[in-house]
Amino acid sequence: MIQIKNLCVGLGDFLLQDINLSVAEGEYFIILGPTGAGKTVLLESIAGLYPAKSGEIWLRGKEVTQLEPEKRSISIVYQDHALFPHLSVKDNIVFGLKLRKRTRQETEAALDWVAKLLGISHLLERKPNTLSGGERQKVALARALSIKPQVLLLDEPLSTLDPETREGVQKELRQLHNRLKVTTIHVTHDFEEAIALGDHIAVLGKGCIKQVGTPEQIFHQPNSEFVARFAMARNIFAGEVIDRGDGNTIFYTEDAELVVVTDLRGRLHASVRPEDILISPEPLHSSARNSFCGTITHIVDRGSTLYLTVNLPPDFICLVTRRSFEEMGLAVERKVHIIFKASAVHIF
Amino acid sequence: MGKKWFTTNTITLTFAVLGLIIFLFIIVPLIKMIIASDPKILLDTLLDPEVNGAIWLSLYAAIIATAVGFVLGVPLAYLLARVEFPGKQLVEGLIDVPIVVPHTAAGIALLFVFGRDFFAGKAFHFMGIDFVDSAAGIVIAMLFVSVPFLINSAKEGFRKVDVRLEKVSRTLGASPWQAFFRISLPLAWRSILAGSIMMWARGISEFGAVIILAYHPMVAPILILERFETYGLAYSQPVAALLIIICLFVFITLRTIAYRGVKI
Repeated sequence: MIQIKNLCVGLGDFLLQDINLSVAEGEYFIILGPTGAGKTVLLESIAGLYPAKSGEIWLRGKEVTQLEPEKRSISIVYQDHALFPHLSVKDNIVFGLKLRKRTRQETEAALDWVAKLLGISHLLERKPNTLSGGERQKVALARALSIKPQVLLLDEPLSTLDPETREGVQKELRQLHNRLKVTTIHVTHDFEEAIALGDHIAVLGKGCIKQVGTPEQIFHQPNSEFVARFAMARNIFAGEVIDRGDGNTIFYTEDAELVVVTDLRGRLHASVRPEDILISPEPLHSSARNSFCGTITHIVDRGSTLYLTVNLPPDFICLVTRRSFEEMGLAVERKVHIIFKASAVHIF
Repeated sequence: MGKKWFTTNTITLTFAVLGLIIFLFIIVPLIKMIIASDPKILLDTLLDPEVNGAIWLSLYAAIIATAVGFVLGVPLAYLLARVEFPGKQLVEGLIDVPIVVPHTAAGIALLFVFGRDFFAGKAFHFMGIDFVDSAAGIVIAMLFVSVPFLINSAKEGFRKVDVRLEKVSRTLGASPWQAFFRISLPLAWRSILAGSIMMWARGISEFGAVIILAYHPMVAPILILERFETYGLAYSQPVAALLIIICLFVFITLRTIAYRGVKI
């Protein structure tokens, strides 16, 4: 679908270097990287908004490296939505259709379709500055989808939304993609967002691709310290959320059952922050609902803190202070108990 | 929310007094001039063909100058707002020069290029346009001294338009021309209009550069000088009052239109 070969982009003294990516038809592809990694520049290069210094971009078997953005049929949704402030919601959405000189009926039909798809039919006469963040996002998506693009580019679409809206929008993005199957490239700095949405993930750092793989590969087999830093900060598991008869909600992974607090059900992911996990050499009686026994297999020394890998299985990464570490006399091969609250498990 | 406007602390009070002095300094002579005028004499002055001829000439020469400034200045403003090129700061600095040089000097400089003995003057002479003692001369004098106001205002207007709006429009199928006319220009329109009004008003009031290029036909500011020198204060005052009234009226009307619906 999209193939990027040895792409280099110069922007002042900043560069995208030797980018190689391949995105399949209908895929939800994530580009994950920290702020300043060049994620937006990469998206804009794909859209044709930044000239490539060298390398090639292929779209459905045609080379488009030098093609103007208006001839690529690649839509982009920016972080702050970039709605045209002087146009109504309706005129924003039909902007691309009007330029394509569609007949009135075709334009009306496309507007109707996309407005219903995103549930914004009641907003059509409003001006962008009267909309909430979530509404603006939907209008921006509607405008991008109205032209039936070959590729949809999303630049940090969730980062400006408040946490409650965010969870909903993330779910809607996934559902929308399942329905339309439009090839999507989504840029984010949020690891959990990447895991939850991506079919494949490319990790970008300082203008270079560090690793490409499935979410499982990225978090189980990071190929470098840089990628590991993203993954290591969290314990992430794939599994299923089910109600157990006793009133507890349980997250089942292959090896463990975690008690969790969530309204979500089905095949999902769970994460536990390393600093939310208590370590104890002895079994501990507390109100925390999750308590397991495991063996320390690995220790990473970070000075005043240490990261311990505790194998139950699965592996949990836990954070302890140096003082606790020394007081408890922890070492590789030691058996320890790990304890965390049900509310410390984030389901997504 | 917010402080009451009359919150009294010493700094607000001091600044209010200082501000009031400069405000009165601006407004009192204008008001005095207008209320000191006998409406009968003002009407007679307006009907004086020499006076209303001069006022019309000022108004329409300034409109033509503004139109030329618009067609040539807005594209430059867009480039300055969007494109980085070597020497850009120098260009931006030079654009402001007409504002800071003495306008009589500006007029002499213009004469050196558009006079009949010089290249541009000769070229235009063949097309039937002469700049010395003609309406065309008045227009270029006004254009020279007032176009910076339009360029600077339009440039600020374009700068405030998020470049990503243009980018989004391109991905939706707009050519660079369409992106300019459908997105950037409408969004910068208010600044461009405000700049045009400033340019036009500055053109009407221009004296120094105009008198060097074209003493005749006579624009209103030159007529005021002539009456003052020949007949004295009493005869120049009604013409001056009339010009101020007309300028204020037009300026306030246009500003009201330009800022309609905008909270300043």
